[in-house]
Amino acid sequence: MGADAAIRERVGDIPAPTFDTVAATVAPPLRDARVAIVTTAGLKPSGDATLWQPTDGTFTVLDPADRDVQLSHFSPNFDRSGFAQDLNVVYPIDRLTELVDRGEIGSLGPRNLSFMGAQFDATFSTIIHDTGPRAAQVLIDDEVDVVLLTPV
Amino acid sequence: MSVLSHVLEAAGLATVGISLVRKQAENVRPPRILNVEFPLGRPLGRPDDPELQHDVLARAFALLERTDVPVLEDHPLTIEDETAEPAACPMPARHDPDLPAEIDEAKGLRAAYERHLAAHDGRTAMGRIGGPDDIAELIEGFRRLRDGASMADVGWDDQQLLAASQDVRAYYEEAGTQLADVTGARRLESWFYATTATGALLREVQTTLREAGADRNLWYYVVPGSQAG
Repeated sequence: MGADAAIRERVGDIPAPTFDTVAATVAPPLRDARVAIVTTAGLKPSGDATLWQPTDGTFTVLDPADRDVQLSHFSPNFDRSGFAQDLNVVYPIDRLTELVDRGEIGSLGPRNLSFMGAQFDATFSTIIHDTGPRAAQVLIDDEVDVVLLTPV
Repeated sequence: MSVLSHVLEAAGLATVGISLVRKQAENVRPPRILNVEFPLGRPLGRPDDPELQHDVLARAFALLERTDVPVLEDHPLTIEDETAEPAACPMPARHDPDLPAEIDEAKGLRAAYERHLAAHDGRTAMGRIGGPDDIAELIEGFRRLRDGASMADVGWDDQQLLAASQDVRAYYEEAGTQLADVTGARRLESWFYATTATGALLREVQTTLREAGADRNLWYYVVPGSQAG
């Protein structure tokens, strides 16, 4: 079994919140939509290289023009060389820009956001009740229609 | 990430997520997920492969038309990690026999590290606690820990230890990108931890901390689980 397969088997059933209902928001056609990235890779903006703490449920704000973002996730248990070579393998900002240029996406939001996954708090209470709704408000204020979520 | 999908969608945003662990997505049931059997750390597939990255995005965005949530689709491609195949990076010759082997090795990789910086507009994962000019000092800290010094002796707290381990790893892996044509996931990780003197040092420090009874959350994250002894 490969390294990643072993991790998938180990973490697949870790405790996680359940949701009684699943919301479904109707988005405008993608060619008219404003899109933002929300990643759980633990990215920090240029100039902030501090390690993300595993109990930190807050989020960072990333300028879409910033390519010097830091992968600050506390866990060493995933490949780092892909991001070192091409940040789009985690944070596909150049690919989304190309889709805007082609007219396939309406526009990009002025702010992307990052949380850090693999939190030690299995209840996710901070994210569900505090930082998640605040992140949503940031994106709503930016008139974002569609959110692309990427893990690491 | 699946939890965030629920929160954002309920707030009125249409979400589509990429999942690297299908079972978690099955359990949390976010509105729209494209599951990818790609290496952890590479949700868009492969670095410097815009064609595949666009394919992943197209398949993900196609799910936005679906309102029969939760929707969980699979990307048809599988990419395995290549942990078992360490990259074959040519190592610099021993330069200064008076230096510890780990530090001499790291100094010999500086030119390759600088080439990585030049090729990536200066972007580096180093700098959590030290930059490239501090590499010898960081490695000396690990040498002292291996040889029995306490964390206080070295001057690191728990977070500084983990930050130092990530800085040293980043220095080597980023240098490694310039030493071999490597695209497979975890090949540079295996090169560092399994074949270099400094990688062996970090594994020894992990063992030292574990056997000394250090908190698991300290020693466990010094070295990837895939590389632990």
